[in-house]
Amino acid sequence: MAIEKSTWTTKAGLAQMLKGGVIMDVIDVEQAKIAEDAGAVAVMALERVPADIRKQGGVARMSDPDLIVRIKESVTIPVMAKARIGHFVEAQILESLGIDYIDESEVLTPADNEFHIDKHRYKIPFVNGCKNLGEALRRITEGAAMLRTKGEAGTGDVAVAVFHARTVLGEIRRLQSMSEDELYSAAKNLQAPYELVKQVAQAGRLPVVNFAAGGIATPADAALMMQIGVDGVFVGSGIFKSGNPSVRAKAIVQATTHYQDAHIIAEVSKNIGEAMVGINISSLPQEQLLANRGW
Amino acid sequence: MIVGILALQGAFREHEEMLTRMGIPCLQVRLPRDLAKVDRLIMPGGESTTIGKLLVMYDLIEPIRQRVLAGMPIWGTCAGAILLSSKIIDGKADQPSLHLMDIDSRRNAFGSQLDSFEADVNVAGLDAPFHTVFIRAPILENPQGDCHAIATLPDGRVVAALQGHMLATSFHPELTLDDRIHRLFLSL
Repeated sequence: MAIEKSTWTTKAGLAQMLKGGVIMDVIDVEQAKIAEDAGAVAVMALERVPADIRKQGGVARMSDPDLIVRIKESVTIPVMAKARIGHFVEAQILESLGIDYIDESEVLTPADNEFHIDKHRYKIPFVNGCKNLGEALRRITEGAAMLRTKGEAGTGDVAVAVFHARTVLGEIRRLQSMSEDELYSAAKNLQAPYELVKQVAQAGRLPVVNFAAGGIATPADAALMMQIGVDGVFVGSGIFKSGNPSVRAKAIVQATTHYQDAHIIAEVSKNIGEAMVGINISSLPQEQLLANRGW
Repeated sequence: MIVGILALQGAFREHEEMLTRMGIPCLQVRLPRDLAKVDRLIMPGGESTTIGKLLVMYDLIEPIRQRVLAGMPIWGTCAGAILLSSKIIDGKADQPSLHLMDIDSRRNAFGSQLDSFEADVNVAGLDAPFHTVFIRAPILENPQGDCHAIATLPDGRVVAALQGHMLATSFHPELTLDDRIHRLFLSL
């Protein structure tokens, strides 16, 4: 019997199994266990959550492999970790650790200002950020098996997450209304391969799972993104920068499952402590916006 | 006949699309009141710890158990198969399960995502091998009583089991276009 590992179906398939779930940023073993106990479908292992990266400044890099391995050993759910955009050696290192997914992430300082990682060369699947459909399709072309709309990480302000998700989904809806000859021109404008554009136009959705990220801080935020039409949510700083991480994490998990049920969302939103303080995005100078990294 | 698909988390949409292609009406099940409207239940792949917690929080464990014990056919794929098993090996302490089938499940039995794979596997009752997709998959162990293996890997590890009207598969027929396992379930 021939066994084929690391096929496209298994790479994109893991993301399909994460749908309807919450992926939580964790910085140590204790947080990883709290996340798993709260019902996270996966954890993102990193040294600093985006809110701290933003506050402390400097160059943000891949986390210490020892930390990632300790977190991997402490939970039974999938573990993801971040590599810098274009840093293919950080990606090789993360693959060698035997984790489950790499996030080529704009939250870290880009290592290459022109090229993203050629993700087809890896056995491990990648998730990438996107702000619009063209960016989403370019990442898929490079081998991303999962996407997340970028939002603006570390702010606790959901506005950019909403904008990016609405942009991607709105552009897909526009493609669906186009005639075939219009799709050639759309592909040119999107700067994406025609075949992929045609596939999205026919299916009415991306060929990979797409989560929302960057600014989700409350159960209502998570349900908002789900109702807009994403497949699940990443919550970074929003959980462990809040007053009661365990309670908030459980509430966000439930709101993501029952995103269409306002009674349940109301119930789980009661008495969950203070949300992260957050930063109003309109107060941030342009050069501090992480979403503009990657192209 | 309406097929319910447990929609707490995971690949429920894929099962729904398969059934819709087959012309079978289906309904997403998130709460006990949804369960009352369906004649069969599929528990999809996903994260078994997450789905288990939500089953407990929304009081679904006993209602599902009672329906199945009264004869409702049920099928679990991957995480769903774990939730059907009588004992979960390598799970979290106190990980919830329905304890319906007389078989054990071993979580992440093949390793991390790097060991996820595809292969053609013979399934008892099907005319030709089934192209299977295993993703951080469990294996099934130690079937007892009326529970028996219907698919094994060449090394003998059990990846599908049947016990009367209860079906468990470690792999994901919903990620393929082959509806033969769905038909098998509908025949139970």
